Amino acid sequence: MPQRTDSPLIEPDVIARVLAKGRSTGAEFSEIYVEDKRSTSAGLDDGKVEQVTSGRDRGAGIRVIAGDTTGFAHTSDLSERGLLAAAEAAAVAAKQGDGGVHTIALQPVLRHPVNTIVQFPDTVAKARKVELLQRADIAARGVHGAIVQVSAGYGDSIKQILIANSDGIFSADEQVRTLMRVSVIANGDAGMQTGYNSLGHTIGFEIFDENDVEELAIRAAQQAITKLQARPAPSGAMQVVIKQGSGGVLFHEACGHGLEADLVGKGSSVYRGKMGELVASPLVTVIDDGTMAGEWGAIGVDDEGHASQKNTLIENGVLTDYMWDYIRARKEGRKQSGNGRRQSYADLPMVRMTNTFVTNGSENPDDIIRATDHGVYVAKLGGGQVDTASGDFVFGMVEAYLIENGEITEPLREGNLIGNGPQVLKDIDLMGNDFAMGGPGTCGKDGQGVPVGDGCPTLRVKSMTIGGTAA
Amino acid sequence: MSTTVDDLQAIADRVVAQAGAGEQIEAYVSRGGETAIRIYEGELEHFASAQSEGVGIRVIKEGRTGFAYAGTLDPAAIAEVLADARDNVSFGTPDEFAGLAIPDGVAQIPQKFWDEELAGYPTDKKIALTKELEKLTLGMDERVRVDEANYDDGWGEVAVATTTGIRESGRGNSCYVSVSTLADDEEETQTGFGFSVGDSPKDFNLQKAAREAADRATRLLGAIKPPSKRTTVILDPYVTSQFISILSSTLNGENVAKGRSFFAERMGDQVADPRFTLVDDPTNPLAYTATDIDGEGLAARRNVLIENGVLKKFVHSSYSARRMNTVSTGNATRGGFAGSPGVGCLAMQLVPGTHTQEELIASVDDGVLIQMVSGLHSGVNPISGDFSTGASGMLISNGTVGAPVREFTIASTLQRMLLDIVAIGGDVDWLPSRAHGMSLVIRDVTMSGT
Repeated sequence: MPQRTDSPLIEPDVIARVLAKGRSTGAEFSEIYVEDKRSTSAGLDDGKVEQVTSGRDRGAGIRVIAGDTTGFAHTSDLSERGLLAAAEAAAVAAKQGDGGVHTIALQPVLRHPVNTIVQFPDTVAKARKVELLQRADIAARGVHGAIVQVSAGYGDSIKQILIANSDGIFSADEQVRTLMRVSVIANGDAGMQTGYNSLGHTIGFEIFDENDVEELAIRAAQQAITKLQARPAPSGAMQVVIKQGSGGVLFHEACGHGLEADLVGKGSSVYRGKMGELVASPLVTVIDDGTMAGEWGAIGVDDEGHASQKNTLIENGVLTDYMWDYIRARKEGRKQSGNGRRQSYADLPMVRMTNTFVTNGSENPDDIIRATDHGVYVAKLGGGQVDTASGDFVFGMVEAYLIENGEITEPLREGNLIGNGPQVLKDIDLMGNDFAMGGPGTCGKDGQGVPVGDGCPTLRVKSMTIGGTAA
Repeated sequence: MSTTVDDLQAIADRVVAQAGAGEQIEAYVSRGGETAIRIYEGELEHFASAQSEGVGIRVIKEGRTGFAYAGTLDPAAIAEVLADARDNVSFGTPDEFAGLAIPDGVAQIPQKFWDEELAGYPTDKKIALTKELEKLTLGMDERVRVDEANYDDGWGEVAVATTTGIRESGRGNSCYVSVSTLADDEEETQTGFGFSVGDSPKDFNLQKAAREAADRATRLLGAIKPPSKRTTVILDPYVTSQFISILSSTLNGENVAKGRSFFAERMGDQVADPRFTLVDDPTNPLAYTATDIDGEGLAARRNVLIENGVLKKFVHSSYSARRMNTVSTGNATRGGFAGSPGVGCLAMQLVPGTHTQEELIASVDDGVLIQMVSGLHSGVNPISGDFSTGASGMLISNGTVGAPVREFTIASTLQRMLLDIVAIGGDVDWLPSRAHGMSLVIRDVTMSGT
């Protein structure tokens, strides 16, 4: 196991002075978040490695809270002078007036050990990263003569963070992510169709020991080829069977966002005031788990410095908890849940999901399909979107088939499905026993994107609206 | 650009001056700041002020391209960025078309991008006007709550230099306010939003933002899920803007060259209804994304892309232009210092019709007014053309607006929708987006509900 030099991004005595400056106008809380991220990405398109990119993002965000007001300032100047200036700006923003002198004693927080990194990506030659792209290109083009275009991307990042606050929290984490994606176009008589596949984990380059790049590319190509024969998706409400893995996006949209304490607190969630109530079919247990080793949403500590946790949100259909960040939990006098996250040092943390999934039921997935007379089988979900106040949400089907008389038949063209979160959760009538996590995702909220994971077993919703064009 | 940002230009020049034999270098240097104010229940919820800066360096040698960036202007870091970009060159595949833009003699059209009044606008007045927006919105309807009222502004300075003779710099600032609403009835809550943009806060129309935010949410109270059928849709200006923006990727010359556009073999064909004329015009100062230079430093210009329904032109950067044996249309895009240039439309505009939305509604026997769409990223595929989005709005029968509807989708294909356009409104709205909007009537769209 490689040993990495572990010098702090900022010395603790500097941190203490910056936090004290943050409280100098009377604020009750100050926090510093320091980030140093190095990334490498490479893109192949149209048969050529177009560009290798190296990136460095480094800076600090300082948050000061006085009453209900948050002041925030960020800087890319990590000198003590730069940090003190940012702390002063945040303090002034939060409150006017003299708050006196504060001394802050910092206590290290133990991070949750997410997983061991075997091969840090910055120790791997760029040529090996580029070679993956060329292998993916060859593999995808080899699937069928109708494959007319392939683009592939590789990306890795090593992000060191340090978080300290005036309550004494002092924690640090190193977050490693390695990702690969392949997009394919097939051309047929009825026009072009696309295929997409991606792989991403919070591990190093060993990701490619355990996963086959060719297989990743071949699956993307097969998806595009299959869709060349696709007919328009149906229009209207029917039974929907959702395949294991990427189907977890359904829960991310149908209830995940609505269970974020900031939205609940402002009364903009359809799940407000429902604690302890049956909000879903008893088949449904929803968990958000930032500790899930290797998964895309896994973190050692959240971006407010607290160890990640495994939290049960809905248990056998009953709402058991919301997700919390530190600030809202502190206000409510309860424990945070490790869900305070931010895109970068330039952003304020919010309540965010990590890895959100539904646990196994008892049905054999083949039996779920056999039990369905007429419906749609969604083999791969794309993204989605939700209005948390009304509960209405959509998600895209990027690979889907018709189910007729208990059998999967013709492939369908792309489209969105729409439903209402609380209704869809109640309408889940069959839950499979084949749980799997889906691919790496990025969740957007208030303009910030954070890496998340989703997962589920194969399951059935007894009625959802398919947004196609066929009668 | 009109103003020179001397120190940034000097940094860019110094990087470019280090080019070795047979090496092309481009340096893009920028600096910026922003203010974000959020009001909730009459109090300041947060105030964020931020400054950032960075450099992106592109190196091209023997047809291979490398790129690196860093979020700092520290001289040691800049040297490291140049070294990384040079190192990255060796991993690229040689591409005979790779290269930087070359000055093409097209003159920039001067515009005003910097507002002194905004630059000096006091913080307490920004907070006060955001509180005013929240108050105005709450006063519109007793069923309305305000989820958040926001004020945002930003300023940026940029300089670009290349070994091919590009040398441009300038600065700009902008601001807007927005408000999100919740409207409650006994059993349900619906959401809405409104916003206003301006060169400075004096241009804001808070009343209009408040009115729209309240109306959008309250109109949907009691909404039902409609039956599935084929129908005529009238897209609200905000939705039309999102629809037009999707077309950008189909008109992107690089996508055309790489076989990613369904318009690739259609130049000169009737691809849209004859009423449909689409231009990309960043030289129009009314456009929110107006600019005088593109992402490579060439002059921005007006390009007619679809004229009376006939496909006339694709947009190009210098790279896609070389591949297609044509010239750049000044359409290189750039996402700040951390990205290398791409291709895209910069400020899309439809030539408007003459009718108001009320007149368009009066002309529809049976249809639906689409107020909001969702899932554009998950249900629209600009390569195949499949189009399916979640929607909410109001039914129209016999020329009159009727019951609100929600939890349904509208679907067709982009190719068909362009040909199925029935009318284009005259109600142009210059939205904070890459495309402006107006009411747009499209027939034969599938509405999926119950």
